[in-house]
Amino acid sequence: MAHHHESIIREPLMTGKDMTYARITDEILLPVENKPNKAWWIGFIVSALGAMLWVVSISLTFWYGLGEWGLNKTVGWAWDITGFVWWVGIGHAGTLISAVLLVFSQNWRNSINRSAEAMTIFAVICAATYIVAHMGRPWLAYFTLPLPNQYGSLWVNWNSALMMDVFAISTYFSVSLLFWYTGLLPDIASIRDRAKGLRRRIYSILSFGWTGSLKTWQRFETVSLILAGISTPLVLSVHTIVSFDFATSLEPGWHTTIFPPYFVAGAIFSGFAMVQTLLLVTRKVLGLENYITMFHIESMNKIILLTGSIVGVAYITEFFIAWYSGVEYEQYAFINRATGPYWWAYWSMMSCNVISPQLFWSSKLRRNIPFSWALSIVVNIGMWFERFVIIVTSLHRDYIPSSWAMFYPTWVDVGVFIGSIGVFFTLFLLFIRVLPSVAIAEVKLLLKTASEQAKMKQIKEGHLEPAEVQYYKESLTKYDSVDMADYENV
Amino acid sequence: MSKTKIILGCFDDPDDMMQGITNLQKNSVPIYDIYTPMPIHGIEAKMGVKDSRLGYAAFCFGCLGLTVITSIVYYTLVGDWPQNIGGKPSFAMPDFIPFMFEWTILFTAFGMTLTFFAATHLFPGRAPRVMDLRATDDRFIIAVDAKGNIPHDDITNLLKEAGAVEVKHNERKYVSYE
Repeated sequence: MAHHHESIIREPLMTGKDMTYARITDEILLPVENKPNKAWWIGFIVSALGAMLWVVSISLTFWYGLGEWGLNKTVGWAWDITGFVWWVGIGHAGTLISAVLLVFSQNWRNSINRSAEAMTIFAVICAATYIVAHMGRPWLAYFTLPLPNQYGSLWVNWNSALMMDVFAISTYFSVSLLFWYTGLLPDIASIRDRAKGLRRRIYSILSFGWTGSLKTWQRFETVSLILAGISTPLVLSVHTIVSFDFATSLEPGWHTTIFPPYFVAGAIFSGFAMVQTLLLVTRKVLGLENYITMFHIESMNKIILLTGSIVGVAYITEFFIAWYSGVEYEQYAFINRATGPYWWAYWSMMSCNVISPQLFWSSKLRRNIPFSWALSIVVNIGMWFERFVIIVTSLHRDYIPSSWAMFYPTWVDVGVFIGSIGVFFTLFLLFIRVLPSVAIAEVKLLLKTASEQAKMKQIKEGHLEPAEVQYYKESLTKYDSVDMADYENV
Repeated sequence: MSKTKIILGCFDDPDDMMQGITNLQKNSVPIYDIYTPMPIHGIEAKMGVKDSRLGYAAFCFGCLGLTVITSIVYYTLVGDWPQNIGGKPSFAMPDFIPFMFEWTILFTAFGMTLTFFAATHLFPGRAPRVMDLRATDDRFIIAVDAKGNIPHDDITNLLKEAGAVEVKHNERKYVSYE
């Protein structure tokens, strides 16, 4: 079988000269098989300190109860649910990359899916901690399950969106974990077969005895495709159901039908921003420039631009519908958002989420790594404010002016939030040390079809339209990992 | 009689390996298995491997999940403890669609993947039956059972002709037990 030649006008998905299968394995396993460098240690210590802050804050919450938080009778949900929705949203990019892009045969996913999926799992863990913590009595969390009990049995409320959330988040977490781990098996086997002693034994257990035989790969591919097929509607359903938590209430500012698509777009938006935040650094520190190329960075920035614009349209639609509905409570909720005591949160959200991603219309900025990194952080700040605005500014002034109140976070609120970021980064940094951060087997598939090297061979063989070759060469100038001098005499 | 148990044709390129399969098939040499570091497209058709039936398993598990959750909801709300919520029917279908959807997905995913693990004998702690340690790195391996096959040198030549970088005559089937 001759390998299928990809059209020359497509940008390469892998750069580098003299790439071989062995080199791919070596380069990706470098951080796993060697002692960590200084950058890793600094990151790890800072994150672990953050994680410790989380342990302290969450322990105080469990010990003394929710009085440790700044909640009051009027604002009964604040930083907890803001943090929950923020993390769940971030978690969406991983499944989107691994499932939706697989269904659409977008091969550029091969290089970024593994770390994005890991990020999904860690983000959903952070989100779940908020849910458990905000229950006040976390040891009674099993009350959310339909278990027989001594009250009758008094069953769970199947009509509640909060119950739907329990099912959606738990399904999403477990299916994402399954998808991620199944995909990891061949790569764990690669580590196992190169390791010695205890390491080999540990990775051997983790590899489930993977051999890479014909039938194994065939079934593996079937399973991957079906998992991708079912995860695609799953990922859309999860944030839809998260939005039901608000949309099915009678609260002005929450009771809107636009929430499901608007939340899903926002989730993808913040998820890709977090992937950028992590991968732009990981790529540099681990030397993965040949695998996570400028094409990947630019593609993700385009998705950020698209979803950021969808979110922007949703904000404006919401405002318009509040006016058009003629419901004065709804109208007030939106006027209050923009001009009330939390105006700064609203305008932070607007400028971070609607205005700043529009800068990505400029290809120069899309390809600027420090700028992309900074913007990815701005987007995530904006997305945090979005959830804060939806939750707190809707609750703090609703129907009865005598109940109006302000929400002020305590240091425990802040500690849980900053701490959860610490937990997330601690888990991510441990992940890149013990498991391959790029899907080795999947990247190997690109070597003979979509790599710069394969395309160079195609050019050298001739038989190509000179105009197309010229177009291809021009597209390479944006890559920071391609030496254009190689193309002068070709 | 030779002690060789298994003959391994080690290739560094998947296209050469495919040629190796062709050479062996032309000479009616049965192939034991093929080990590769990545999936090779088009190999199933060449080797005459039937389509995986995991898709059917996935469908059945999906149906099971849907049935299980529908039964739980129906039993709790209609059988065990019917409630009057604004005079509406006890079994308010539209509210339950998210539950039905989620458990259909959950059962499909776990049912299918666990079936895959069971059918392929993958489980934590299983001793990996590896014939060549580089098969998960940069070697594409064709394994031929040595017993009862044509002279081993002929097999070696067929593999070498196709571009094998190395042909091993192993007395042990698996290396990973060492």
